[in-house]
Amino acid sequence: MNTIALVGNPNSGKTTLFNALTGSNQRVGNWPGVTVEKKEGNFKFNDVVYNVVDLPGTYSLGSFSEDEIVARNYILKGHPNVVINVVDATNIERNLYLTTQLLEMGAKVVIALNMIDEANTKNIKVDIKTLSQKLGTPVIPTVASKRKGIDKLIDEAVELINKDIDYKANISYGENIDKEIKSLKGLLSKKNLDYPHQWIAIKLLEGDEYIYQMLNENDTLKNQIGNYELEIIDKRYEFINNISNLTVKLPEDNKETLTDKIDKIITNKFLGLPIFALIMFAVFELTFVIGEDLLGGIIGTGIEILGENLEQLLIYLSSPIWLVSFFTDGVISGLGAVVEFIPLILVLYMLMGFLEDSGYMARAAYVMDNIMKALGLQGKTFISMIIGFGCNVPGVMATRTLEDKRDRMIAILINPFMSCGARIPIYLLFISAFFPNNGGLVLFSLYSLGIIVALLVAKIFSKTLFKGEPSYFIMELPPYRLPTPRNVLRNMWDNVSEFLKRAGTTILIVVTMLWILAILPMGVEPYSQNSLLGGIGTFIAPIFEPAGFGTWEASVGLFSGIAAKEAVVAILGMIYAGVEDGVQLTQAIQTAFTPLSAVSFMIMTLLYTPCAATLGTIKKETNSYKWTIFSAVYSFVIGWIMAVLVFQIGSLLGFS
Amino acid sequence: MKTTLKPIYLTQLHPGDNCKVNKICAGYNATRRLYEMGLNTGANIKVVKNDIGPIILSLSGNKIAIGRGLAEKIIVEN
Repeated sequence: MNTIALVGNPNSGKTTLFNALTGSNQRVGNWPGVTVEKKEGNFKFNDVVYNVVDLPGTYSLGSFSEDEIVARNYILKGHPNVVINVVDATNIERNLYLTTQLLEMGAKVVIALNMIDEANTKNIKVDIKTLSQKLGTPVIPTVASKRKGIDKLIDEAVELINKDIDYKANISYGENIDKEIKSLKGLLSKKNLDYPHQWIAIKLLEGDEYIYQMLNENDTLKNQIGNYELEIIDKRYEFINNISNLTVKLPEDNKETLTDKIDKIITNKFLGLPIFALIMFAVFELTFVIGEDLLGGIIGTGIEILGENLEQLLIYLSSPIWLVSFFTDGVISGLGAVVEFIPLILVLYMLMGFLEDSGYMARAAYVMDNIMKALGLQGKTFISMIIGFGCNVPGVMATRTLEDKRDRMIAILINPFMSCGARIPIYLLFISAFFPNNGGLVLFSLYSLGIIVALLVAKIFSKTLFKGEPSYFIMELPPYRLPTPRNVLRNMWDNVSEFLKRAGTTILIVVTMLWILAILPMGVEPYSQNSLLGGIGTFIAPIFEPAGFGTWEASVGLFSGIAAKEAVVAILGMIYAGVEDGVQLTQAIQTAFTPLSAVSFMIMTLLYTPCAATLGTIKKETNSYKWTIFSAVYSFVIGWIMAVLVFQIGSLLGFS
Repeated sequence: MKTTLKPIYLTQLHPGDNCKVNKICAGYNATRRLYEMGLNTGANIKVVKNDIGPIILSLSGNKIAIGRGLAEKIIVEN
């Protein structure tokens, strides 16, 4: 099958173009061996199916990060038939830097000159014909968000696939380097390599560690070869500037754009942080109002009806009692607890996607950089933390954008303190039982506490376990754009379907296991203290005595939360009321907890050991069992200390 | 033309100032990343914001934020 690879800088509109090309025919997976997300899709053109691979967005194709290595290895070894290079028309020079590297690789390239409408508005004039001539590649103006130019782009790409041409980039790196390249090529010609020799020669001169390792050369070669890296980058830019001087005309007068005006307020030294706090508060308030009040109840009722009908049906079919119990108590209650909170997660992901696509996320990192620096971190860490609000698994994965290993380790270890979507149901249950009128405020306080604990822990780590200077902060601030509904919804759907998949597999297994523990030993009343599950709870319970919830029921809830946070509410429901949710459970919680112990319990669930899926991701990302176990244990200790502190101090102050 | 004047660092400039990148004295990885983002030798930049926190630059109309620590290592000329 014909394969098209999609390459481009971050913020070039690559994902939008990918969506425009492939529509709904997409699948998301992982690149083998690494945790970089792999997106693939396809489209049909003249009855031929074309596979499209969306490569990670990068500024360069060096060996700087996993993303860069994945992208360049795919171009060289995955043998795509053609590469579509997405170039931001409002930022041509910087974007062409990646293009020069594609040309060096000898790839067949079609350039999608994207966001050409924005360039026009900004009065940036591009001579497309000359640009195409000088680069030696087709250049197609596109507006991916409005699906403009897509057909033409496909036409060109398909035509190029069927053309038999050998691309040669005619970039001169200066007399000296050109000579070195030539002699290196002579040296390499004896070897049988997967990569083009010209490209390898350039990479060697750039001091590319990955290539040195691949060639398995001893250090003598490295010492013989000088490092011309910065000169080579300069020469690439010289090549680009020569072309852009001929083809791109920037407006003379630098008028203040709308982005500049918005930035003056949003990045203002006094207003920046309050605005950020306000936006985050609005996000959670909206999530709560729309997701829970408006939609959550409807789905909850639906699940209840489904459960009752299924029970009726199973009884009608005269199924054995254990089967009825398994489906109604185990499956429906477990999945029901999850499904009910889908509206909430939908709304949260939608708002997060909106912030991301609008360009605000980068500003959030900017305004947070000061605080983060004082804590020994950098602003970008905060983005992985915000993503952790959705789910800690992508949150931990998002730390990949941190280039410094030390920064990254800290960011991974503190991410689980970011309250993920799966913990919301737990808070909601306790809010409805004790604080029905202050839901938004309680949620906001919990999220803030998570952030504060994360930052304090980060500070301690950076002074003890991971000493050193914080790494540098370089970040693009893309212009503000109104997100297209299509992209926001798409992003939301990707995340929610991922969540559902997990609900359908991991959580189902977890619920089943817990159900088995709850009905054993045989003959015991399910979900009672005499069951195995009750035994486990009774055994752990004394630990939580000082925190105010030293009951076997609460302990079982926390125990199941280590498997999956989604399971906590379902299990509490089964234990307390024999129902998965609803008024009875709320009433049961009201008698089993006090407002104060409800708060300390919520704090415990916020901070204690991350779920199995997150721990698995931490293992994958750190490649260390030691740090994974460390993460599981230290967060439990912190959660416990905080819960105890709150309960004890609260009791002293006369709260109950 | 070589000048023997004291070097000017990026952090010393004010919003609205235009300058050219002369030299970057940061670590290997940071320098490379700056180069790749277009802050290579001779690049024309304009300071957009320089008060607290990272400095915001405009590189042919596109904004890049650079941490202060790193910006202190970028030598510029007018």
